[in-house]
Amino acid sequence: MKAVITGLGVAAPNGIGTEAYWAATLAGQSGIGPITFFDATPYPVRLAGEVTGLSLAGYIPRKLRAQADHVTHLALAATMMALDDAGVDPAQQSAFDMGVIAANSSGGIMYGERGLQRLWSQGPAYVSAYMSIACFYAATAGQISIRHGMRGPCLILTSEQAGGVDAAGHARRQVRRGTPLVVTGGTDASLSPGGLASQIATRMLSPCPDPARAYVPFDAAASGYVLGIGGAMLLLESETNARQRGATRIYGELAGYAATFDPANGDGEPEGPAEPHDPPRGAGRFSRLGRAAELALADAQVAPEQVDVVFADAWGRAELDRAEAEAITGIFGPFGVPVTAPKSMTGRLYAAGGALDLITALLAMRDSVLPPTINVTSLAPGCDIDLVTGAPREKPVQTALVLARGLGGFNAAAVLTSVN
Amino acid sequence: MAGSLAARDRRVVITGVGIVAPGGIGTKAFWDTLVEGRTSTRRITLFDASPFRCQIAAECDFDPQLEGLSPKEIRRMDRAAQFAVVAAREALSDSGLDTAGTDRSRMAVSIGNAVGNTMRIEQEYVAISDGGRDWLVDWRYAAPYSYQYLLPSSIVSEVAWASGAEGPAVAVSSGCTSGLDSVGHAVQLIEDGSADIVVAGATDAPLCPMSMACFDAIRATTPRNDAPESGCRPFHRERDGLVLGEGAAVFVCEEYEHAVRRGAQLRAEIIGYANRANAYHMTGLRPDGRELAEAIRAALDQARLDPSEIDYVNAHGSGTKQNDLHETVAVKRSLGQHAYNVPMSSIKSMVGHSLGAIGSIEIAACVMAIEHGVIPPTANLTDQDPACDLDYVPVTAREQDTGVVLSIGSGFGGFQTAIVIAEPGRGAR
Repeated sequence: MKAVITGLGVAAPNGIGTEAYWAATLAGQSGIGPITFFDATPYPVRLAGEVTGLSLAGYIPRKLRAQADHVTHLALAATMMALDDAGVDPAQQSAFDMGVIAANSSGGIMYGERGLQRLWSQGPAYVSAYMSIACFYAATAGQISIRHGMRGPCLILTSEQAGGVDAAGHARRQVRRGTPLVVTGGTDASLSPGGLASQIATRMLSPCPDPARAYVPFDAAASGYVLGIGGAMLLLESETNARQRGATRIYGELAGYAATFDPANGDGEPEGPAEPHDPPRGAGRFSRLGRAAELALADAQVAPEQVDVVFADAWGRAELDRAEAEAITGIFGPFGVPVTAPKSMTGRLYAAGGALDLITALLAMRDSVLPPTINVTSLAPGCDIDLVTGAPREKPVQTALVLARGLGGFNAAAVLTSVN
Repeated sequence: MAGSLAARDRRVVITGVGIVAPGGIGTKAFWDTLVEGRTSTRRITLFDASPFRCQIAAECDFDPQLEGLSPKEIRRMDRAAQFAVVAAREALSDSGLDTAGTDRSRMAVSIGNAVGNTMRIEQEYVAISDGGRDWLVDWRYAAPYSYQYLLPSSIVSEVAWASGAEGPAVAVSSGCTSGLDSVGHAVQLIEDGSADIVVAGATDAPLCPMSMACFDAIRATTPRNDAPESGCRPFHRERDGLVLGEGAAVFVCEEYEHAVRRGAQLRAEIIGYANRANAYHMTGLRPDGRELAEAIRAALDQARLDPSEIDYVNAHGSGTKQNDLHETVAVKRSLGQHAYNVPMSSIKSMVGHSLGAIGSIEIAACVMAIEHGVIPPTANLTDQDPACDLDYVPVTAREQDTGVVLSIGSGFGGFQTAIVIAEPGRGAR
């Protein structure tokens, strides 16, 4: 049974709404800039990809806005866009035939941090009754199901930046098991003072203050990544259901998916030294990213030479970029396939990042054009990949491979194919 | 129909069990607690709970060093991750799995939890905000793993590293049904051929001021501080809220043929699973129990069972006014007249409600109920609510041959889940 994508919804740092995001992405417009959500001057990292100008009023009733964290706002807005795009009115569907399988990494940390501050500075009586429903990781799935009356399988998956792709893979599993319509994708919003401080502690964020140089994956000058917030939701549907209801557009098929996990090093300890201020563990030397890609291609019954483009995870740290480049060249050969990382315009959106790459790949398929990786000027040694830099590249896309890695050893790969 | 597609060519057995629960660490101590009907709820010792409305909980007497964790692991891991790793090691050892001789890419991890590394998140926040005084926290005091604490997936990493898995790994979160859904996820991974072995279970360690404040604010927890041991009273006429707990249960779930080939012990078989949402309210439950009943119906459908074949229902039984009634209605709706004949008990009366973990802890209780032919009781049920009119196995455990168990859960966000556990071999029909 084919699982196809019929609706897309995007709230990204460089564009709200699928078409605005896509236009900005093709134009190489970055959403990375100085942090405005709070005064970031005391911090050594002052750049982020913020979603600004999202009019929540158009998507979420006021009462609900106050009861939910921004991670859920983004999920609700992007879900509504995806349903509109697909021309699906949930009220016209059987409630148990609609599911929600989405991802997030950090839950409602922005809301949670305010609650923690009230608790510790003022006392338990100052903690809002909504804390109990706003912050837990599954809140976004629950709120989407409530908002649209979706009573089928419903849960949240977490594997950091791999989460959005893992959610899509699990959503496909639910479609195949008999739920014809599943909302999937990912959202994350960890841009609070405490959220930023914790991410600074990973030493993964770029200390570079120049928005045009801070996040340059695969570049010899790569110095880390820029964090972002966002939401990217897709409507996954059985092909039969899409045809029967006369879906306006089928963007493509989720034809292949696989996930793997990076092992610990030889002495049984997780990879990477365990002492404070050493590089984080769980990625690099023992990468199983290539294995995930091979399994996803096999699952889709697609040969490497059929792949038209690879959307890279593009971590932005030398050893991790190199591990990914080696995974890609291991399958496609050096400079064997176009590779791109439009997330250079948004920052890493964590659970939303992999999901947004799925959406971007489908748009590339629709318009026969590969979006660029911006700001990369010279490939790092060992990264022998055909990175699409500078301007978009015209190219028909029948098959796209999307790669995603989550901190702590998670790898996910998805293969999207054209249904035409 | 959801689930009906799953052919029986790939069946799922449990070949190893590991538990960290209030009342004792390890499967034996856990089972003794349940059979004796002993409650582990007490005044909170993990922090000063005096400012809170509810001051009781079911705590684990857990010393990570005694349980074999290294100083490095203890420093790195939140209590929830420590529970999960200890339970996973017990489960792996119980399963007799030789991971060196196993195709690790066919080995997956699925760990459920509701609130992740919440204790460390709070401790970290207190440290970097100077006790909540500074909104613009001081990043220089952030611990190296403070971002990992925000991620429930960091617990998955620890379990995967401890078990050597290199297949699909993910954290499953659906609030208070997480521990059922993480095992259900494992079942689906095996059924559809994504893995042959899944180290699956759930953990939560929510006993910290922030959790107490949250549950106080919505008055979900009992204020019965003067009698902590009888604080959680599922189906009781005077029940007045849940008692929080903590713990973990982890299983080695395995494809049947794989387990048989290596001569593994087969402890139980998982023959049905379904999860639904009530799409109603984040904390409210629809009085007619329709979605939980639908989850039960779909799980039985996958198991190809008639309701009359269920020997025991392991209830959610949280001890709130709303839940226990909702669940009673849903069980009647799905099992019909058999609802009145089948015993149904809540172990939360003894081990508390450990949020995302409890679903897996309850599955462990189901496995042992089948193995021992004993149904754990609902402790503290001395005066049954007339509106809850089923057989809740009050106070004392009951000997009864038990081949097929239905375990159900329900939680914030509207999640409704049912899973069917049976004696090994049952799925062959």
